[in-house]
Amino acid sequence: MDAIRRTLLKGAGAAGAITAAMAAGVLKPSGALAAEYNRAAFEAKDLANAFRNIGAGSAADNSGIVIKAPDIAENGAVVPVDISSSIPNTISLAVLVDKNPLPLSSAFDFANGALPEMALRLKMGQTSMVEVVAKTSDGKFYKAKKEVKVTVGGCGG
Amino acid sequence: MADPMKIRAQMKGDNAEIRVLMSHPMETGQRKDNAGNTIAAHYIQSIAIDVGGKRVIQGQTGTSISRNPVFGFRVKGAKAGDKVVIHWEDNKGEKRTDETTISAG
Repeated sequence: MDAIRRTLLKGAGAAGAITAAMAAGVLKPSGALAAEYNRAAFEAKDLANAFRNIGAGSAADNSGIVIKAPDIAENGAVVPVDISSSIPNTISLAVLVDKNPLPLSSAFDFANGALPEMALRLKMGQTSMVEVVAKTSDGKFYKAKKEVKVTVGGCGG
Repeated sequence: MADPMKIRAQMKGDNAEIRVLMSHPMETGQRKDNAGNTIAAHYIQSIAIDVGGKRVIQGQTGTSISRNPVFGFRVKGAKAGDKVVIHWEDNKGEKRTDETTISAG
């Protein structure tokens, strides 16, 4: 059960792991969520560290990643974002907000027919790039970014 | 105990569209209350979705996700009548599991 998340979030040895796990029947659903939270990545205070801790330090730009987000967000507390990847064999997507105190917002793995896309709502403290990282089943990372201007920040008190 | 999730799951063509709203404060740990005390971080860390008994989505989240998070996904190969089970767990160990059934498009 942990296999899917580990391959995704750790970045290493991702290649055949999911396939192998599926073949072995390891990816059985379970009520319990796997325990190992990627604290290093989610608590990274700058973008470079967050990228490195999800294994994406050398991600290459790729236009197959589409980020739909408003050019100007009036309320930084709720910024709706739709992301998708047309890069073949995308198995994971992560979303980062450059200028937030803790940039990494989420990292999701897709399996068993789930399409490599998602809709989510981000908190943004100020105008910033929103960056999306896609991981493919051969362990490669790709990225794309889009600027969102924020008029009222969403992280203050 | 947190409020139940609101889950909508419906077939659109070949894909099931799943949208979920989770009731959660998603406190960042960066805010202060009126007395100037830091409000402790309290946010969802793990999310998983099972469709028809198979895990389709597994993810982790941090503090840059909005309060009362909303997520949307599409799953190919699912069909009307399949059960959708969604789990979350936060940094304080609180958790919820809710489920629904995919409706026809």
